[in-house]
Amino acid sequence: MAGSFWCLVEDDRQGNPKKVMAEVLGEAGRLASQAGGQAEAVWLTDKATEAGIKQLGQWGAKRVLLLENPAFAPYRGEVWTPVLAELCRKESPQAFFGAVTARQREAMACLAARLGAGLSADSTALGLEDGKLVATRPIYAGKLISKVTWAKTPWLATLRPNVFKPADSQPGAAPSVEKPAVTLPAAVMNLVERREDSSTGLPELAEAEIVVSGGRGLKGPENFVILESLAKAIGAAVGASRAAVDAGWRPHRFQIGQTGRTISPKLYLGFGISGAIQHLAGMRTSKVICAINKDPEAPIFKIADYGIVGDLFEVAPLLEQEFKKMLEK
Amino acid sequence: MKILVMIKQVPDTATQVKIGPDGKAIDTAGITWIVSPYDEYALEEGLRIKEKRGQGEVVAVALGPDRVKEALRSCLAMGADRAIHLNDPAWEQADTLMTARALAAVIKQEAPALALFGRQAIDDDMGAVGAAVAELLGWPCASWIMEESVDEAGKAIRVGRQAEGGLELFDLPLPAVVSAQKGLNEPRYPTLKGIMGAKKKEIKNIKAADLGLTAEAPALSVVKLETLPPRPPGRIIPGEAAEAAKELVRALREDAKAI
Repeated sequence: MAGSFWCLVEDDRQGNPKKVMAEVLGEAGRLASQAGGQAEAVWLTDKATEAGIKQLGQWGAKRVLLLENPAFAPYRGEVWTPVLAELCRKESPQAFFGAVTARQREAMACLAARLGAGLSADSTALGLEDGKLVATRPIYAGKLISKVTWAKTPWLATLRPNVFKPADSQPGAAPSVEKPAVTLPAAVMNLVERREDSSTGLPELAEAEIVVSGGRGLKGPENFVILESLAKAIGAAVGASRAAVDAGWRPHRFQIGQTGRTISPKLYLGFGISGAIQHLAGMRTSKVICAINKDPEAPIFKIADYGIVGDLFEVAPLLEQEFKKMLEK
Repeated sequence: MKILVMIKQVPDTATQVKIGPDGKAIDTAGITWIVSPYDEYALEEGLRIKEKRGQGEVVAVALGPDRVKEALRSCLAMGADRAIHLNDPAWEQADTLMTARALAAVIKQEAPALALFGRQAIDDDMGAVGAAVAELLGWPCASWIMEESVDEAGKAIRVGRQAEGGLELFDLPLPAVVSAQKGLNEPRYPTLKGIMGAKKKEIKNIKAADLGLTAEAPALSVVKLETLPPRPPGRIIPGEAAEAAKELVRALREDAKAI
């Protein structure tokens, strides 16, 4: 219905929405209340759980459109897009938001093309101006901000994780659940296998509230254990600069920067990272930035909130000790 | 096997960008331009497929004004056989959708077995054109691929697509659209011979009318560009390492409330 702010559910493949959905639904709810509408969740999955549906409701989804079918997992654009487009045509939502994940970036781009609608990918702020949605997007390696708007509805956007304020949980809120009948398109893409990433036992980089990141200053792959130990102590994810990834010290999925991941944690701690523009592009929207580097001239100090000019091999273990002491209190 | 590689010319990462007089686009004066890095991975993969098969054609395609010829020329120097330049004032305000329509129309004309894109261009980071083109063509699409192999008959491609928490291997019948993620390969540098040879290769100009397209209102338009709000000045914590570490942890908890 008009006034519906839809949110495409990103789940953990076990039937539970991911944490980023609290942010997407929270933002949709805020905008919808200004526009006199409501936030709703659209969930394409092979398996939803009762707990998952309840969770969406607690994050502010008034209605859940649940499409449960083995054909929806793993994600294939050729299956998802026609189904999402059919739902949009039937219900004319005012907006449709997703999270910045590999599959949702593709799904939203396909949907936009199918509907002839605009898409603001990787948005970092949204607001209504004279009844129209305006999105903020960092461009040119985050050196500039672009404000964009849509020619027509639905307003399609993907939201950068960790940037938008999560919904306040509403205990006991129960969404209405609908299971719309849709035509399942024929598919030509066949899954051969899925190779799981080796688990680090640490939070996922894109969703982590604290990120510890290492660069060339670490001098070798073996020294990442120093950062991993610190990360474990404070529940952080470990990332790396392009220099460290290109040297083969870390797999590419840990790279932060222009040709890697873009992150916005509450706290970013960079060790032995000089702060090249292409790295800043991937972490500039972090809320608090700390840099530990030997070189007082390192560009990262220009954007850091706190800096220590010193030897990371000395400072990192000391920080770990101090954090542990603090967290024990 | 014919392979089309769609590339975009973008400002070099290190280049300074300034907002232009209309406030909606950058001032392009004095900018150093490069081929967007992800597009280089796409081109490299196209060249490798051709070399492995011992035959085929790799065509580089770009949309943009006259300066884009330089980017196409460097693709030819890397080894592309020919290039197509979509250059028309009708595309001056092209957004994702308009760009995708133009590229889809060229791909339809050329009828390649594979259309390769970079994961995203590093200027506006929208990362939507490849998937949009696949949708317009009705071709299967795999974004962010880390590996691929084309079957001997040239009828199918197996790709390793990066997903949350893992790599998903898919078989796609050709023709298909795929987009390159970093890690797919290490792009080659053009050789001197390649650079010389590039001068003789064809860059075909295509106008919107050649594709039966006209200018259209963008589906998404820029209201304005802004410079970054300045970050408040940071604080370098002085003192010996032990003392500094202690103070940093205190400041993060009590002042910044970051942990």
